[in-house]
Amino acid sequence: MRIILAIVLQTLLLLVLAPLVTGTIRNWKAKLQNRRGPRVWQPYLDLAKFLRKDMVISEHTSWIFRAMPYVLLVSTLLAGLMMPLVCVLAPLNLFGGVLAFVGLLALGRFFLALGGLDAASAFGGMGSSREMTISAVAEPALMLAIFTVAISAGSTNLSQMLLASQGTVASFLTPARLLAFAALFIVLLAETGRIPVDNPATHLELTMIHEAMLLEYSGRYLALIEWSASVKQLVLMALLVNIFFPVGVTTNLAAGSLALSLGWFLAKLLVLAGGVVLVETTNAKLRLFRVPDLLSAAFILAALGLLSTFLFNEPAPL
Amino acid sequence: MSSAQLLKIALCLYAAGVLGSLLSLRRERMANLLGFVAALLAGLCGIGSTLMVLLGGLGGEWPAFELWPSLVPYVRLTLRLDPLGAFFLLIVSILAVAISLYSLGYVRGFYGRKSVGVLAAFYNALLLAVTLVFTASNAFFFLIGWEIMALTAYCLISFEHEKTETRNGAVLYFIMSHIGTGCLILGFLLLFQYSHDYSFESFRQTAAAMAPERRDAAFLLFLAGFGVKAGIIPLHIWLPEAHPVAPSNISALLSGVMIKTGIYGITRVCFDFLGTPPNWWGVTVLTIGTISAILGVLYALMEHDLKRLLAYHSIENIGIILMGLGASLMFLHSGHPVLAALALIAGLYHTINHAIFKALLFLGAGAVLHATHTRNMEEMGGLIKRMPKTAFFFLVGAVAISALPPLNGFVSEWLTYQSLLQGFGTTSSLVRLMFPLSGAMLALTGALAAACFVKAFGITFLAQPRSEEARHAHESPGPMLWGMGLLASACVFLGLFPALFLRVFGPLTGQLLGQSLPEHLSLMNGLVLGNTQELGGTVSPLVMTLTGVCLLPIPLVLWWWFARRAQTRIGPTWDCGLRGLTPQMEYTATGFSKPIRMIFKALFRPRREVQREYDYSPYFAKTLRFESHIEEPFVTRLYRPLNRGILRLSRRMRALQAGSIQAYLIYIFVTLLVLLIWAL
Repeated sequence: MRIILAIVLQTLLLLVLAPLVTGTIRNWKAKLQNRRGPRVWQPYLDLAKFLRKDMVISEHTSWIFRAMPYVLLVSTLLAGLMMPLVCVLAPLNLFGGVLAFVGLLALGRFFLALGGLDAASAFGGMGSSREMTISAVAEPALMLAIFTVAISAGSTNLSQMLLASQGTVASFLTPARLLAFAALFIVLLAETGRIPVDNPATHLELTMIHEAMLLEYSGRYLALIEWSASVKQLVLMALLVNIFFPVGVTTNLAAGSLALSLGWFLAKLLVLAGGVVLVETTNAKLRLFRVPDLLSAAFILAALGLLSTFLFNEPAPL
Repeated sequence: MSSAQLLKIALCLYAAGVLGSLLSLRRERMANLLGFVAALLAGLCGIGSTLMVLLGGLGGEWPAFELWPSLVPYVRLTLRLDPLGAFFLLIVSILAVAISLYSLGYVRGFYGRKSVGVLAAFYNALLLAVTLVFTASNAFFFLIGWEIMALTAYCLISFEHEKTETRNGAVLYFIMSHIGTGCLILGFLLLFQYSHDYSFESFRQTAAAMAPERRDAAFLLFLAGFGVKAGIIPLHIWLPEAHPVAPSNISALLSGVMIKTGIYGITRVCFDFLGTPPNWWGVTVLTIGTISAILGVLYALMEHDLKRLLAYHSIENIGIILMGLGASLMFLHSGHPVLAALALIAGLYHTINHAIFKALLFLGAGAVLHATHTRNMEEMGGLIKRMPKTAFFFLVGAVAISALPPLNGFVSEWLTYQSLLQGFGTTSSLVRLMFPLSGAMLALTGALAAACFVKAFGITFLAQPRSEEARHAHESPGPMLWGMGLLASACVFLGLFPALFLRVFGPLTGQLLGQSLPEHLSLMNGLVLGNTQELGGTVSPLVMTLTGVCLLPIPLVLWWWFARRAQTRIGPTWDCGLRGLTPQMEYTATGFSKPIRMIFKALFRPRREVQREYDYSPYFAKTLRFESHIEEPFVTRLYRPLNRGILRLSRRMRALQAGSIQAYLIYIFVTLLVLLIWAL
């Protein structure tokens, strides 16, 4: 029974919190650029508007086009249910660890790219091609950074990974983990379509990646896809803040400690969002073929993290 | 009925299939029915026989018998169905059932054009030979089965020998296959020097005590010999040439079954015969596996021939399998039998998974080929509307091979990741860095495979048809759909219930490693898959799927709440204000993989030629011709120079072969003289 309650609550938290994070990042970005910017609540209004609108569906599409938003939302939410957000024990912790987490995000991306191809437009195909390329180049860095943490925790389950590093500051601020964090931060920018890699605000066909795949979507399908993108951003940020800085995540299920833990979680999220905003405003978008350089830098950071376990003599489990 | 009896019935049915289809050469329908129904029944018997061995536990009896007494010394036609052979025979039998079912419909396309009887006869002969390879317990008998397999496969590949491409592919396969067999014969002779007998039992007892350098030599010979068949890089060059040109049901059999005989051989020799391996064996196998996986998928991405693309993916998956086996050898060396069992299970689980989804994909490609008469993806498109069931089955295969949850490819790659991650703690030398690094390369491989199958599925089945043939494609006949459906449901079963299936590995790890299944591998009555440590990593595709189904009402409730009154209109795709979108404006397969071609430029060395004709401004071209191709460095840098060298040498040798009897007499005399002097 408790697991069902936990699933329901965490799903609600993911769905409710995700647009807020997106809105906050947009708002702060505007402030840094001396604009007033949209309110932080704007994404909720956008979603409600999209949900009410009529849809136009291309005549060339198949059931893949119509199934995609559902697959994307469900797989992203499932990935989110494996991530400890406010409580150390994630609802689906036992049923899938970090490898399933990455796999589910990849499943969503697989269908997203198919949806881009389905409408027979060149833009959709271009977006799909670029999205799959960038995610492929990002994958080794992502995995290697995760391995660094998983190896020292002796488990690939996210809750166990979190638990293993909880405790003193020295247990999570090791050089290996910091380097892995830096690598994952770059991967986060690539995976959520942030500025050095993709520009979330652009609608110029030749420069966009994520948006190009969605060009033919409208109405409630667009709402589901945008919502999934927000949820994906939230769970990836949660991976960075909770697994690398496990401060304040509670093991206690009492209401008071859960509220405190939620506060910690929000605070950490806001700091990371600030970091993303800073990077976005101080950098220009890279040319598509410079992006692999950035991502190989991330890979090298993660590999250095692994190497540093030798220098600092971290004990290997087993 | 006992396992041995079922195995004998299966062998007889395959033989009956050969005879039956040869006897009804003139009557196509009869040959089709006799040949493929016999193979189907034999497959069912095979499944029964192997499951009896695999589920019988360690104490179960392993059938062993002699076909008939042979008069030649050392050659004994003995069969023994031990768990390792039974596991591979299970793969063959499952595929035999599904592919035979499919073939009943597929070969109708050959009626009146080609001899169906010959195809069915060789098909049964190949299955019979593969069964012998997996059950033979005498090196001579093994090699006999191995050669029958190689030759029948050659005949099947060159079935449509009117095409030059087919003949070239088949001959290349023939040559490479025999180089491999040569290595195997040398390897067995090395083992024979110590055992003085050709039975596998004697190898098992004596090979571990061989002198280290001989043991290493035997390992390398077997790795090369079996590696050719498995298609490891750089011995893979025949695979993308030979597999695509065969009829599609045969391609499925070649990629699903025949290349697995290489994996079987490597497992048999390294784990069963040669004893505790030195560390560099495992390191070599793991490295070869990693390289094969990455290069295989990268070359697959560059293909727009659907069947060649799938053939390159076979190289990739063989690489992933070898990563598991290599890690297992390293754990055996460092004395971690539990981890060795986990890694071996990961590799073998990927073997059966790859057999199933690759056969499914080849059958799907065959259905597409059947409908559009082309293998070129650039001429397909929109097939999902014309052949919806085939498209669905192909999608299942595509998701499975891309290692996406919840299907079977995900589970075996998950096990591979787990064993690689655990490997980091087994040694303290720098070698341990190999584990996470090859894990990262496995991640790259998986992501590239996903990109490749977005391309394969998207360009083939989605959007607008790119040619007249694709516009008039039709759904495949019933038996073909049943065959594909069977394999697709196997993908789902092996994905959702891995812990249930893993039981079959119990006797296998017991036989090879003296180790029962790792304790934490199956948790909560098989609902959850674990690894070797408590909470060291768990996953349950079944619970994931069920939760996913439970989450599905969320978007539906949103729809009901907000969008009840919203209308859905069908309209044209946005065409930038042009008048109508044509198939020429769609993204092509070549265009789709262009970014990857650019990123890995150093590897592919793409060459392009553009010719433009224009009147006054280069921006308004009248005609434009674009040509681009990539080269495989192994072919241009390794095989072509080798080939040239051999030809040059034989040209020199030709001077010796002058055709005059007197000259030959002198050669014989000189040789005799030299031998006599040497003998003194």
